[in-house]
Amino acid sequence: MRRSAAGAALVVAALVTTAACGGGGSSKESGDGKGAGFNAAVDKVAGASEKKGGELKFIGTQDADSWDPQRGYYGFMWDFARYYARTLITSKPAAGGESTTLVPDLATDTGKVSDDKKTYTFTLRPGVTWEDGQPVTAQQIKYGIERTWATDKISGGPTWLMQVLDPEKTYKGPYKDESKDKLGLKAIETPDEKTIVFKLPKPNGDFLQMIAMPAAAPVRPDKDTAERYGQKPFSNGPYKWVAYSPNKGLELVRNDKWNKDSDPVRKALPDKISVTLITNADDMDNRLIKGDYDLDLNATGMGSAGRQKALKEKKGNVDNPQTGFIRYAAFPKTVAPFDNEHCRKAVIYGADHTSLQTARGGPQAGGDLGLSMLPPAVKGFDPAYDPYNIKQGKPDAAKAKEELKACGKPEGFKTTIAVRNNKSQEVATAESLQASLKAIGIDAQIDKYDGAQTTGIIGSPANVKAKGYGIIIMGWGSDFPSGQGFLQPIADGRFIQESGNQNYPELNDPAVNKTFDEAIAETDVEKAGKIYQEANKKVMEGAWYLPFTYEKNIIWRSSRLTNVYTADAYNGRYDYASLGVVK
Amino acid sequence: MRGGRWAGACRPRGVHQTMTAPLHDTDAAQTAAVDVAADVPAKAIEGRSPWRIAWIRLKRDKFALAGGTVVVLLILVAVFAPLIVGALGHPPNEFHEDQIDPLFSTPKGSWGGINGDFLFGAEPVNGRDVFSRIVYGARVSLLVAFLSAVVAVFLGTVFGIVAGFFGGWVDAVISRVMDLLLAFPQLLFIIALVSVVPDSLWGLTGSGVRMGVLIAVIGFFGWPYIGRIVRGQTLSLREREYVEAARSLGAGRGYILFRELLPNLVAPITVYTTLMIPTNVLTEAALSFLGTGVKPPTASWGEMLARAVDHYEADPVFMIIPGLAIFVTVLAFNLFGDGVRDALDPKGSR
Repeated sequence: MRRSAAGAALVVAALVTTAACGGGGSSKESGDGKGAGFNAAVDKVAGASEKKGGELKFIGTQDADSWDPQRGYYGFMWDFARYYARTLITSKPAAGGESTTLVPDLATDTGKVSDDKKTYTFTLRPGVTWEDGQPVTAQQIKYGIERTWATDKISGGPTWLMQVLDPEKTYKGPYKDESKDKLGLKAIETPDEKTIVFKLPKPNGDFLQMIAMPAAAPVRPDKDTAERYGQKPFSNGPYKWVAYSPNKGLELVRNDKWNKDSDPVRKALPDKISVTLITNADDMDNRLIKGDYDLDLNATGMGSAGRQKALKEKKGNVDNPQTGFIRYAAFPKTVAPFDNEHCRKAVIYGADHTSLQTARGGPQAGGDLGLSMLPPAVKGFDPAYDPYNIKQGKPDAAKAKEELKACGKPEGFKTTIAVRNNKSQEVATAESLQASLKAIGIDAQIDKYDGAQTTGIIGSPANVKAKGYGIIIMGWGSDFPSGQGFLQPIADGRFIQESGNQNYPELNDPAVNKTFDEAIAETDVEKAGKIYQEANKKVMEGAWYLPFTYEKNIIWRSSRLTNVYTADAYNGRYDYASLGVVK
Repeated sequence: MRGGRWAGACRPRGVHQTMTAPLHDTDAAQTAAVDVAADVPAKAIEGRSPWRIAWIRLKRDKFALAGGTVVVLLILVAVFAPLIVGALGHPPNEFHEDQIDPLFSTPKGSWGGINGDFLFGAEPVNGRDVFSRIVYGARVSLLVAFLSAVVAVFLGTVFGIVAGFFGGWVDAVISRVMDLLLAFPQLLFIIALVSVVPDSLWGLTGSGVRMGVLIAVIGFFGWPYIGRIVRGQTLSLREREYVEAARSLGAGRGYILFRELLPNLVAPITVYTTLMIPTNVLTEAALSFLGTGVKPPTASWGEMLARAVDHYEADPVFMIIPGLAIFVTVLAFNLFGDGVRDALDPKGSR
């Protein structure tokens, strides 16, 4: 019923918008009214400016999972959180790949690391304050980080710090903390108000990436409303919360207690930032093109109609960045005959890669053909590595038949493709795979399951086995651009879970797991990248995944925006903290 | 033995059928007879069966005839789908990405990619032939609609006639069951049911299972509607003289039920069946739209509409075509059904 209602709403919206477009052509765009050019903000800055003032207007169709720094996990929330939540270190405010380097934010430098790589010491910058003028202290940073441990109230956020600092999970979180100052976590020490020391049980080459996440932002204990903190986070950034109504919108205004000298990262150009949330994605695209809003908060890519209009009429306002996601199919080894690598290989060779790419939206809106399981934004990526000759785009029926024979199923077999019912592009890829597999004798049924229930349906290995899901269609983007962030959760056997599993093939190869341990212990990023590429090769040789695309998006950039560039650190979204508007 | 005896003795077929509902009404019968007489004065005295009179009335109803013609055409299209598609289209599940503009995922060319090769255009994203999918979609639509009507009519007639004839506690139980089913949220039930139905059932797999479930469930929830009508008719028929006559001559219950009552219920059952089919077409389309109909890649009109929602602005033709298919089918069946009702039941208001 919801879909039929939505359908009716779409039709109504279409009529309304058509009518609205019919009346007068007066453009609401200000500035020069012309975009800076196609891809003008990809990997470079468009409209560099220091001019302050104006209102930056976001629009979106999806509210954050939570605006609480410790609870938000959506990529756009992390990008947006920099307006009101500062961290010890953060992503560099720079275009493209450079954004993945880390720079000091609350801290004076990116930390002093001990020789055994287990101790990180940071000193706080002077003049950093909350929105009421009180200084931010090291204890408040520790308190903020501790909140992640209180999983009964602070749920949904990333748990990297918990896994790295307290793998045994001995601490119970600040709300159950017996000590008076609620700072019972042993792995973090705060000798004074300006110093914070992290003590890791074992080295981790990506630790700095983890404390650059909003989950490592300070929270003031007297302002902590626990599970309700996301309704109105207390700001220490350049903007403070004025109004928020879930799924409708929110408004931030300048925080006059924020001191520009204390913050080398944020430009803080607009006077006001507003977010409007609506339900109809096509309507959102229309309003963006009309110039009512500046950019899509979620930045998940324009719909087919919006894309058409934007690229035909206002191509100069469109960017086409990489998102860092890979779209793929996974082959659970518990479902016969995918326990046999030759049957997995048969599917990879039998797939029509160009057709899968078209199903994702084509080379621009969908992305380049995916060749292996490390995306271009992750260190260690090798564009020449293409073990299954995917780049040529067409199915290789001869090789597929050979693999089927080697698998002992020369006539093919029956299987089921599991796909989320609420993602039309994923359903389209499932149908493409179904059609091309039919040609080599594999009869695949498509099972469209409730997309809101992924954790219990494809995330439960027992259910996957019971339902016989031989092929699972999914996508994956990492929390931080390294092999640990991207590949380990989907390929390390120790990450297999009974519910919420993301290692869908249930790949548990001691050799692969060991490679990850080696890579994580390596603190030199380049060297670690090479080891992750080794892991990637092992995953591809085992044929556990069939990559479809290295995802790309078509996103809208209004002509009002200044200082705009896409950042790999934020999945190809614009770096929100740097944006300004003309006027 | 009994059957033989009674059949010979007291079945002036034409006579008592003319006398019984819904055609027993003498005024109406006379009017009809006069009408007919006016048309064919030379044979004014010829005896006519009520079916023949109904057919003559139906023939004069242009809308009903037009509807009937379309219905026949649709059935032919569904039956001969492989031949039609073989001659005029492409296999319904074959991808034709060459028809799609890779940048926008919509068909190349205007009007949804309609050209000499793709008569109704191509489907966005994968370029499947919309014409072929509409033709094959007619199979799903009509098959589900017909068979579920058959299920509903069978159950409705049996339970309705039994309830009406026996009365008492039998009637009470059956009537309450009908009330219960009429109050049941069937659409929600089907959605929930489809998600737990296994992939293979009753020797069927994939779309076959889904169609079987749709037929069974739509049919099952449809029978109380026809059951009530049959029960009501039976209630009034069972007190008629000819039934009493049969009973007093020693006829058994089975004989009275199926040889005396049932033939006189054929008219209302026919009318209700023709009006039930378009409802079933709509139910099937709605369920497919909601994703609980046949499984991909099997084509269905409702499923095509659901897909069109994603592209309605860039490619409205893809939404209009399956919409028209559903509209025309339902309209044709309704016009035809109305015509049949008017022909069989001249008392009904026109």
